[in-house]
Amino acid sequence: MNAAPKIGLFVTCLVDLMRPSVGFASVALLKRAGCEVHVPRGQTCCGQPAYNNGDDGNARAIAERVIAAFESFDYTVAPSGSCAGMLKKHYPEIFADDPAWQQRAADFAERCYELTSFLVEVMDYRPSDVSFPLTATYHDSCSGLRELEIKQQPRQLLSAVSGLELVEMQDAEVCCGFGGTFCVKYPDISVKMVSDKVANIERTSADAVLAGDMGCLLNIAGRLKRLGNAVKVLHVAEVLAGDGATAPGIADKQ
Amino acid sequence: MSGSRDKVLQRVQRALGRGTLNTEQRAQLAVRMRTPPVPTRIEFDEDPVERFVAKAQKESATVAHVANVQAIPEAVTEYLKSHNLAAKIAAAPALRAIEWPAHLEVEFGATRGQHESAVTPCLAAVAETGSLVLLSGEETPTTLNLLPDNHIVIVRRSQVLRNFEDVWQQLRERDDALPRAVNLITGPSRTADIEQTMQLGAHGPRRVHIIVVDEI
Amino acid sequence: MRFTSVDFERNVTKALQDEHLQDALQRGMHGFVGKRAEAVAAVPEFERLRDEAREIKNHTLEHLDYYLESFEESVVRSGGHVHWAVDAVEARGIVLDICRKTGAKSITKGKSMAGEEIDLNEALEAEGFEVVETDLGEYIIQLANEPPSHIIAPAVHKTREQVSDLFHHHHRLLGFEQRQVEVPALVDEARQVLRKKFLQADVGITGANFLIAETGSNVIVTNEGNGDLTSTLPRVHVVTAGIEKVVPTLEDMTVLMRVLARSATGQEASTYTTIFSGPRRPGDADGPEEFHVVLIDSGRTAILGTEFQDILRCIRCGACLNHCPVWGAVGGHAYGWCYSGPMGAVLTPLLKDLEAAKHLPNACTLNGRCEQNCPVRIPLPGLLRKLRHRQYEANLTGATTRYGLHVWAFLAKRPALYDFCCNVVVRLLHLLGKRRGRLARVPLAGGWTRGRDLPAPAGATFQSQWRARGRS
Repeated sequence: MNAAPKIGLFVTCLVDLMRPSVGFASVALLKRAGCEVHVPRGQTCCGQPAYNNGDDGNARAIAERVIAAFESFDYTVAPSGSCAGMLKKHYPEIFADDPAWQQRAADFAERCYELTSFLVEVMDYRPSDVSFPLTATYHDSCSGLRELEIKQQPRQLLSAVSGLELVEMQDAEVCCGFGGTFCVKYPDISVKMVSDKVANIERTSADAVLAGDMGCLLNIAGRLKRLGNAVKVLHVAEVLAGDGATAPGIADKQ
Repeated sequence: MSGSRDKVLQRVQRALGRGTLNTEQRAQLAVRMRTPPVPTRIEFDEDPVERFVAKAQKESATVAHVANVQAIPEAVTEYLKSHNLAAKIAAAPALRAIEWPAHLEVEFGATRGQHESAVTPCLAAVAETGSLVLLSGEETPTTLNLLPDNHIVIVRRSQVLRNFEDVWQQLRERDDALPRAVNLITGPSRTADIEQTMQLGAHGPRRVHIIVVDEI
Repeated sequence: MRFTSVDFERNVTKALQDEHLQDALQRGMHGFVGKRAEAVAAVPEFERLRDEAREIKNHTLEHLDYYLESFEESVVRSGGHVHWAVDAVEARGIVLDICRKTGAKSITKGKSMAGEEIDLNEALEAEGFEVVETDLGEYIIQLANEPPSHIIAPAVHKTREQVSDLFHHHHRLLGFEQRQVEVPALVDEARQVLRKKFLQADVGITGANFLIAETGSNVIVTNEGNGDLTSTLPRVHVVTAGIEKVVPTLEDMTVLMRVLARSATGQEASTYTTIFSGPRRPGDADGPEEFHVVLIDSGRTAILGTEFQDILRCIRCGACLNHCPVWGAVGGHAYGWCYSGPMGAVLTPLLKDLEAAKHLPNACTLNGRCEQNCPVRIPLPGLLRKLRHRQYEANLTGATTRYGLHVWAFLAKRPALYDFCCNVVVRLLHLLGKRRGRLARVPLAGGWTRGRDLPAPAGATFQSQWRARGRS
């Protein structure tokens, strides 16, 4: 397309509240890729907490608001596999018994993307002049991996970052134990799962661990720091935007 | 009892939102029963006999080749000797025609496990997985396949089939109904139920030895 | 078996603290995952086989009445009997009746999950029958008086030492004086003990991996051969099976057979796959004189035709258990019934009790690794979410969760209020946490901070910063 695509950035509640720098990094990347970026007002949450806990009524109410706020953009992009998965895969399911809304949701869903897959598959973007002189390992967030087939895209983008050495961990694709409300409803199981993830990270001897979802990152960083581990935890957008070396890691002193 | 039969079937129909199937629907299903969708086969390039042998060995069966039927008794004797087993076997009545030597004690018929070694024929050998196909019957007691520690099976080259579908076809040509038991056996008995450690000889034979007869 | 799903949280605490169990789970689970991956990689046709397997199961379920009737006709034609059981009570009664009529004293059992479901062993033992499980894993847990912890590896939670203890304690009475500790010796001792039982048994009861309508057969898949010995040696062979086990033809069974062993243990074929069709024929050298199949409904027709129908495709391979990180953390007993892991989390609330089992669909991160590996493509996370919806409608969702969700949804639908409240909270947390960048203790967030620090928020929210920069 000739005109710069108009992006509605779905910043996601966890990025919005816990780490705005990921939002700014996402904006920078999308701009560098040739997009015009907007942040529609009135965005709050994608509705996953309601949906995943069986509160279909509120899930639907929230979904209607999101679709209405974003559908006029060429694309909706989120720096999160789980939120993008919610918009892309589950919004059409929510409206299964309402043909009009279902069509609207399906049309909207087609133009929803997680950040790294958007940059690679739609914008054919490759970072340039970006460095991150550390070894890093990558955690594959479950929703992104299994709902949206995000696996190779972040790795492809990271391969253009100079100085970065990517080492794969054992069981990179195994759940870290966040799971939304799961981590506080079944905390002992969650901590066991994230401890296994931390052990796998440690086994790589990497300096940093990256992922594309704030939920996973908060969970992994929280456990690493409780164990006194200095591994730097970052969202992949921050590294790709060139902020990785200077920004403090998640849960590190700012 | 028929009360429960009717109840279950009615529940099934109600769950599916319909009554009993009509004649036409039943006819269609009968057609599907006779000609089911063709399954996707496990394809392979190797010679079926070579693949059968390789797969069987991978599953811990041992394999020996003999040139013709006459060489079978010696192959059996040799196997027993090489494993320090007594020269005594239970054999399927179907193998009566073989000229068993005098020094080998042969008892024809079923076993209650008092036999250390058994020799049986088979219906077919499946290259897909290295499996043997054995049928129950008057001439082929099933217990010979299961109880003795050592199970020796005679396979003629011409009995090697590519896939399981080929076995079903043969069974249907043989008879209208299946025999009581069709054993698909792939190597000796095994278990990994203790600490996921594989151990052969759980309840069935500890050893399976396959004698491939190269003449058709 | 005791139904303890209501004690899920307590079961979990116990499981996480059980060092033997944690050791066993570590060892067992990685093996299964790796082996399945290898087996699937070797078969380029595997994804197509999964699609075909799903189609066969769906087709059969849509015409289940026809195929059950055809199955019955075929069994009767081969000289066998078919019994229909509406529920567990009736199923137990039918099996007891058969055993009484044969004057049986001793019964051997091949593994039957349906048998576990209906508490068959307890009923038989209460009537004075000797019941011996012959699958080695089932035998071990029978000695330990425990339920199975995995649907295909029932004793996966036991260490070698624990098995050695059990055998020594029980087999001493049978004349085995010396304690065995190595796996080969333990297996050999079990072989000797159970061989006697196989030969003594008057009745053999097995489950069925598949029932074939075309031929009136039940198919049993084992590595040990115990299913065969249980079906062949006694005078009477009884099969207990759920009605959803039926498939139309041998060809259909072949597709399912191809995905079953590979998904379960990574084998191309299990050692014994046997197709049993009726009692011995005139002239047969061996085999049972009587063949009975007990078709069990027990809640399956209540699932058929509903949004949960897909779970009836399950072929009990155990792949979802093997790949589930929650199952891998707590093992099967925590779930409180014979079915555990993802498929157990769906079946237990549906077949047993939605309220008593309410934790099961919730103790899941919806990560999807189960569905990814299911040979018949059951959409397990979707079904679990639907169960959570059922719970929500039935007011079974925990009060804290419900309240928390209401507050969150209330705010999420009111962006101005959401912005305001979130900014207040994150600024406060930022102030409290900025010295170290994280908080070790946060009021109302004990679930999080028990094992983790909470990363401190950066300060003002992204959206408020964005607006402050005058952006749109």
